[in-house]
Amino acid sequence: MAKVLLIAEHDGETLNPSTAKCVSCATGIDGASIDIAVLAESASDVAAAAAKLDSVSRVISVEDPANASGLAAVLAPQIAALADGYDYVFGPSTTFGRDLMPRVAGLLGVNQISDIMSVEANHTFKRPIYAGNAVVTVEAPADQPVVATVRVASYQATGSGNSAPVETADVNAGIPDHTRLVEVRSGQSDRPDLQTAARVVAGGRALGSEESFELIFQLADKLGAGVGATRAAVDAGYVANDLQVGQTGKIIAPELYFAIGISGAIQHVTGIKDAGTIVAINKDEEAPIFEVADIGLVGDLFNIMPELIEALG
Amino acid sequence: MEKILVGLKRVVDYNVRVRVNSDGSGVDTDGVKMSINPFDEIALEEALRIKERGEATEVIVISIGTAVAQQQLRTGLAMGADRAILVETGGSIDALTCARALLEIVNREGPGLVLLGKQAIDDDNSQTGQMLAALWDRPQATFASKLELNGDTARVTREVDAGLEIVDVDLPAVVTVDLRLNEARYVKLPDIMKAKKKPLDQIPLADLAVADSGAIKETLFESPAAREKGVIVDGVAGLVSALNDKGLL
Repeated sequence: MAKVLLIAEHDGETLNPSTAKCVSCATGIDGASIDIAVLAESASDVAAAAAKLDSVSRVISVEDPANASGLAAVLAPQIAALADGYDYVFGPSTTFGRDLMPRVAGLLGVNQISDIMSVEANHTFKRPIYAGNAVVTVEAPADQPVVATVRVASYQATGSGNSAPVETADVNAGIPDHTRLVEVRSGQSDRPDLQTAARVVAGGRALGSEESFELIFQLADKLGAGVGATRAAVDAGYVANDLQVGQTGKIIAPELYFAIGISGAIQHVTGIKDAGTIVAINKDEEAPIFEVADIGLVGDLFNIMPELIEALG
Repeated sequence: MEKILVGLKRVVDYNVRVRVNSDGSGVDTDGVKMSINPFDEIALEEALRIKERGEATEVIVISIGTAVAQQQLRTGLAMGADRAILVETGGSIDALTCARALLEIVNREGPGLVLLGKQAIDDDNSQTGQMLAALWDRPQATFASKLELNGDTARVTREVDAGLEIVDVDLPAVVTVDLRLNEARYVKLPDIMKAKKKPLDQIPLADLAVADSGAIKETLFESPAAREKGVIVDGVAGLVSALNDKGLL
């Protein structure tokens, strides 16, 4: 049997969809028995959601007031203690998991695999490197626990027809107070979450201003889509950082992706290459985005966008 | 604080589009331009600004790699670092070994702050800073877009999926930096000349006596699956009809 401990991502109330995708990855391990750990101040709602995920054997709740912060320095020692007896410790390759899992690996004294995109064998995985310009097959030592993050865009969420048992665990781990959460500032939005939206409309530097970026929001609202942006658009101040898609932003895989005024730098394309259908609108017919687009439209976005928004009624 | 330690990794330049070798043994780096990992350059810029504000007295750059990484350390010295340390290896090393070697240097130098890039653009791992913080048993603040020092603590704004997260960390701490923290300065020619006279210590990795880590083996390199070439449509009507054909509207 291969015992897998999956670290749930949540905001204290809701289970992040990345967790259901990590479960799908873990099911690729032959003989996997999958436990989900929910570390929270009050874990019951999140644990109940995790218990519904198909293929999960049990959910382990670890409650501590300090866990409300979700900080890696707070969670990692508890996870390292929980990891005893497990062959695998997985988390999502979101900013939560990327921050946390290497700290867990460090405490366990093992290396970590980032961004698993496929499980080839029980200790063999594929992962992207060089902004997705290459894919490397890696082999983890068989005599150590495998600590890894899962590239969530590579997996579909597992179903939620399960009712796994929820157990409470007391963990004896020193929780440090050297790191303190001050606040989280979230862009308030009623739009679908960029990371999980089935449709995403994204804009690049060609939008030219924060005001013009409104065109992206208008099209997104017509389509019920999430909104994304390139690094250039974020750096230029058109939108907030949490909308950035690409190598150093979010890696997404919507069914439909609109790239508006986006040239298609490899660092951006790596964030969308798993999208179902990519639509590109750009006035430069030589723009690299057209090499990856399923449907391309060459022209001035400032003419096309109002017409498209109108056409979608 | 007295010292800031900044990690500089030698990587294939940001603008190079790497290709996989035909035998799948690696990526082709022959004759390819090498540079400081861009995130590490931002880390160094931040350290220099802290020193220029009078909040630190010495900026030390460190690289762990083969002898050729001296080039990147010299560039770091030309940017304004005071001295450099090369932990010399026979080839590429895993993140845990890297973090353990950094810890040895941290223990020797006693920096008040360790600044690293949030990830290297070659392996895209994003691990070393977090591992170092774990081994050192000190705070980590990853993906930093703002850093303020307040005596014994630092307030760090982190770029996270939800937006911005602000944390206070006790010093010493490890901070890994994101793109929007600052814009790194350009190196001027006279500074390159001056940098040649600055100290660069070479320490063989073996001298640090770090424990053996179970390295993760890289067994095969492949090009990613290419997307099929799409269609170019004519006008908005063509676009709407193509989307309808695919059942996407």
